[in-house]
This record gives sequence, C-alpha cells and structure tokens, in this order.
Amino acid sequence: MKKLISLLLVSATLLLCGSSRAAEHITVKGSDTMVILAQKWAETYMKAHKDVTVMVTGGGSGTGIAALINGTTTLANCSRPIKPKETKDAMANNITPVEYKVAMDALAVIVNAQNPVNELSMNQIGAIYTGKISNWKEVGGPDHRIMRYSRESNSGTYVFFKEHVMQDKDYAPDCQNMPGTSAVAEAVSKDSWGIGYGGVAYFAKMKELKILRVKKDNTSKGVSPLKQDGTVDFEAVWKTEYPVARYLYCYSIGKPSGKVQEYLNWILSKEGQTIVEEIGYVPLSK
Amino acid sequence: MLSTRGINHTIRDERIILPSTTPPRKEASLSLRDTPLRAKARHRLKLKVQEFFIEKFLFLNGLASIIIIALIFVFLFRTGIKAFIEIKPLQFIGTHIVDFSGQEVFAYIWQPVGEQGKYSLIPLVLGSLLVAIPATIIATILGLGTGVYLAEIASRRVRELIKPAVELLAGIPTIIIGFLCLSSLGTIIQNLFHTTFRLNAFVGALGVSLVIIPVIATITEDTIRAIPDDLREAAYALGATKWETTWRVLIPAGISGITAAILLGMGRAIGETMIVLMATGNAAIVTLNIFSSVRTMTATIAGELGAVAQGSAQYYALFLVGATIFTFTFFLNLVSEIIVNRMRAKLKL
Repeated sequence: MKKLISLLLVSATLLLCGSSRAAEHITVKGSDTMVILAQKWAETYMKAHKDVTVMVTGGGSGTGIAALINGTTTLANCSRPIKPKETKDAMANNITPVEYKVAMDALAVIVNAQNPVNELSMNQIGAIYTGKISNWKEVGGPDHRIMRYSRESNSGTYVFFKEHVMQDKDYAPDCQNMPGTSAVAEAVSKDSWGIGYGGVAYFAKMKELKILRVKKDNTSKGVSPLKQDGTVDFEAVWKTEYPVARYLYCYSIGKPSGKVQEYLNWILSKEGQTIVEEIGYVPLSK
Repeated sequence: MLSTRGINHTIRDERIILPSTTPPRKEASLSLRDTPLRAKARHRLKLKVQEFFIEKFLFLNGLASIIIIALIFVFLFRTGIKAFIEIKPLQFIGTHIVDFSGQEVFAYIWQPVGEQGKYSLIPLVLGSLLVAIPATIIATILGLGTGVYLAEIASRRVRELIKPAVELLAGIPTIIIGFLCLSSLGTIIQNLFHTTFRLNAFVGALGVSLVIIPVIATITEDTIRAIPDDLREAAYALGATKWETTWRVLIPAGISGITAAILLGMGRAIGETMIVLMATGNAAIVTLNIFSSVRTMTATIAGELGAVAQGSAQYYALFLVGATIFTFTFFLNLVSEIIVNRMRAKLKL
C-alpha cells in the first residue's frame, strides 16, 4: 500500500514536472524516525523557495535506500549509515550514494525516580536488555528483579537500541514491548523497578522518572544527556561523551545538482538546524 | 410516501407486464368488462414481481457476508501459507539457541527482528489463552448474573435503566479501556496481589471482560426469556422458591444458549486487540502464570505489521498468526452457532 501511494505521488510529481518547467521537484523517502523532521524541513524550505517542491514519504531506512538505488527518489533518509551490501547494490546500478549527516538523535535510558541507581555503563544496559543481568543488585541497586520496557519492533528506536547498545543480540523474552515512547514513560513512571529508553525530549519533564547517566565503558565517567537546567546537553552528544546517540543521514545519488545541493546546504545551515532542535533532535555541532 | 410509491409501481408495472400477458390490442375493450377480476390478478402479479426482486435483493445481502468471510479466509490463508516456504515449520514451535552459559537449548521465542528471526507461536497462543480464558470466566460470572437478573428478577423500571447501561458498556472504545488498564488498573492490581509485572495477563483479562460482559449478559437474558412459562409455573407449583426455580430449572433449561453466549464471548476475547496491546506488557514469555506479562497474537500483529517489509519472512509469519486467530474464533463461533440451533430445536418441542 505504502509503495502504491508513493508510486502515485511520484507519478503525480512527474506529471506536474511536465506542466511547469520552472519548478524543481525533490522527492525524499526513507526513515520513519525522520519523517516529521524531513516534513518540517520541506514545509519551511518551500515557503521561502517557491520554485522548489519537496515531497517527503516514510517507509523505513531500508526502503529509502532501495528507492535511491532504483532511482525512484532524489534523496533517501536513513537513521543508520548505509550498509556495505547496499553500497554494492548501488554500484551495480551505476549509482554512487553520497552521504550527508543531517542531524543527531540521542536516546535517554530511564528508571523510576525511586530507584537508587544513577548510572549504568553501555555494557550493563546491553546485558540488562539481553537478559544476562536480571537483578538490580548486579548493577549496584537493591535486590529486586529488573522489569525491562522496550518499544515494539516496528520502531526505529527498537532497532537502533538493539544494534547500538545490545550488539545486535536478541531482547530478553520477558522484555515488555510498549506501543509508543509515551507508553514506556507511563509504564516506568508507575513501575518502581522498571527500565526503559526513548527520545530524551519525552522524559525530560516527568518527575516520576530519572534519566540515567551512561558510561561509555567501564572506566569512563557517567554522562547525562541533560544539562543542569534540564535541557538536552548538545555538547555531550557532539563530543560523543554521551554514548547512546546516533547520526541521522541523508543520501543522494552522486554529487547532487543545483537545486538539490542548495536544499541540502540549507538543511545543514543554521536555519535548517534550528528546526532539528525544535523537533526534539540534536542539531549538528558548529 | 409509501402509497405514492405504490401507485408509481402500479403504473410502471402495467407498462411492463401488460404487453406480455395481453398482447392483442383488441382485447383492451374486453378487459373493460371484467375489470375487478383482472385488476385483482394484475395486483397479485405485481406483488409477486415485487416480492421476487425484494427477495433476491435480500438474498444477495445475506450472500454478501458469506462471500466476505470466504474472501477473508482465502486472503489470510493464501498469504499465511507462504510462511512455510520462508520459515521451516519447526521454527513455529521453537529454535535452538545458545544461552548465556554457552549451552545449546531449544527455546520457544518470538523475536522476528534480528539476524535470525525466531518465530515460535507457542508464547503467543499461550498469551492469548491466558487473557481470554480468565476474561471469559470473569465475564461469565458477571454476565450470567446480570442476564438472569434482567430476565427474571428486575422490575421493569430497573431493567429499563440497567439494560441500556450494560449495552453502553459494549460501546466504550477499547482504546479507552486499554488506557485505563495501563495507567491505573495495573497499579491497583499490583498493590492488591503484589505482582512482579505491573502489566500482566490478569490486568488484560479484567479489561477484556468489560467488553464481553454485555455479549454474555444480553444472550443469557434472551435465552431465559425464551423459556416457556410452563416450566416456571410447574416449578412454583412444586413449591420451589424463586432461587430454586432459577438455579435448578431455568438455567439448566437454557444451558445451551448460555454456553453459546460464553463461547461467543470467548471468541471476542481472543480477537480483542487494543486492550491487550496496552494492558498486558507484550512480553512473549512462555508461562502459565496469570500474573505474568504476556504477548497475545492480536497485539503481535498490531505492534509489528506497521513497519514490516512486504514479502519478508516476518510479514508472512504475521499472516500465519492472523490465520491462527481466525481459526480459533471461527471454530468458537461455529460451535456456539450449532449449540444455539440445537437449543432452538429443543425449545420448539
């Protein structure tokens, strides 16, 4: 269905192309995590540049890259770097994907405010979610079973956490999958021994939750994704001091031409990055 | 309105029918003589034609639901069967994995996203039953009580108040019940029973029972009402109290209808999605503990189908899960239908 809709949109775009020669059409497809951000970018950009139309659709990072390889989209959004196999497929199609880092995304690891544990290392978090660690006393807390809360497998966050924090191992079977980040927040706020994760912005204002400091490895110091005043600490994310963070990418076919390049430049400009901040992600450094 | 339409019909019908029944024009003068008789015959014919079309129209309506069910059946199973091409049948029971101590074990895991997908249906089927069976038991106790009360004991005024209220319960959007379970019922249950999991099968069962109480209550009421008064009068004549009459005569007499109500309610409980998605925690654990978090078949589809790539192994596996739910509810409905029919036949005697 999604394919059909995007096909219709693309064909509609092509038709429009024929009628008005002046306007340039850019299609953007890919990561569902980035859809809201990409749409906001497109809206704002089109207001200032009447000669450009930007059309954004989701479908997932893999779908976006596949569309790029098939030549059905101008740009592909991706919440992970392109896989070697995808690059190979693209080369076979005579397409060289060019990578642009367009924003950053930081995930917070949360526990209930009553939990005395304040920081965990990446390894510990991974071990908790794979089921290797099941009691809070193993990570310096009281003797109580850890209640793991996660997202449903259809979310990009679920996959990012699995690949980035759990080294692609499976989630423990008793991991409770909630149908949204706000449901994770709700569950952990009511469960004294719960642990959960999600976008920092979701949790920053909830008093019943505690955002953990995360240690990159066992020797380093725990870093909070929040500053003293409760806002997201961009510096910590930029310096990769806070480890549960990722880049969000945009891929183009070869080196993009005039209008597309202008659009990408605008995204990377101060104006584009302000929108990143407004949506709740972390802007790029500089 | 109706009468004008009738007249229009008469005129139109005459135009159509007259040429075929009375072809020669000469007869027109003849027809003037026996007008009342001919008019009667014509009227009857008109009614017959009208009835024929109405009947066929209603027949098509009835047929539509059969066709729709058949299409759903074909669609689900045709897609679901492809799962067996992508995934080895044994995988739907369990997979060999290496546990943390390095031993290889046969585990019943549902975890389709990953390097190697794991597609055991066992935790999902258990999860669905662990919610549906307690929900049915709770709803049976409350629904049966409500139904008997409405049919036998309640005064007319009380009934007119309670009956719409019970029916209204069925109209509450399930997402609202689910949200209540997630935000407050979970805490209440955890404080009462000191459960490890705040969100568990029992919380889900309580939520789902709210939806199926009206189903059981309404059918029970109808069944008991349909029992002929002879039985009641005979019981009273033998000196039975109202309670004895209800418990020893009316409920046994209507037992097949009540059984059908319960089975129908259980079918609804297995198919319920939104409440269990929010209230049960969705952890695919193999357990028989009612206070453990569980993952039902319906919640699995709702949670995962949104972002699955079409034509992937997981996509077909989810359709297979769908086909399994369909089979469950289909047979529950079939059995309850058979029971209801048997009851109808019995009461005619």
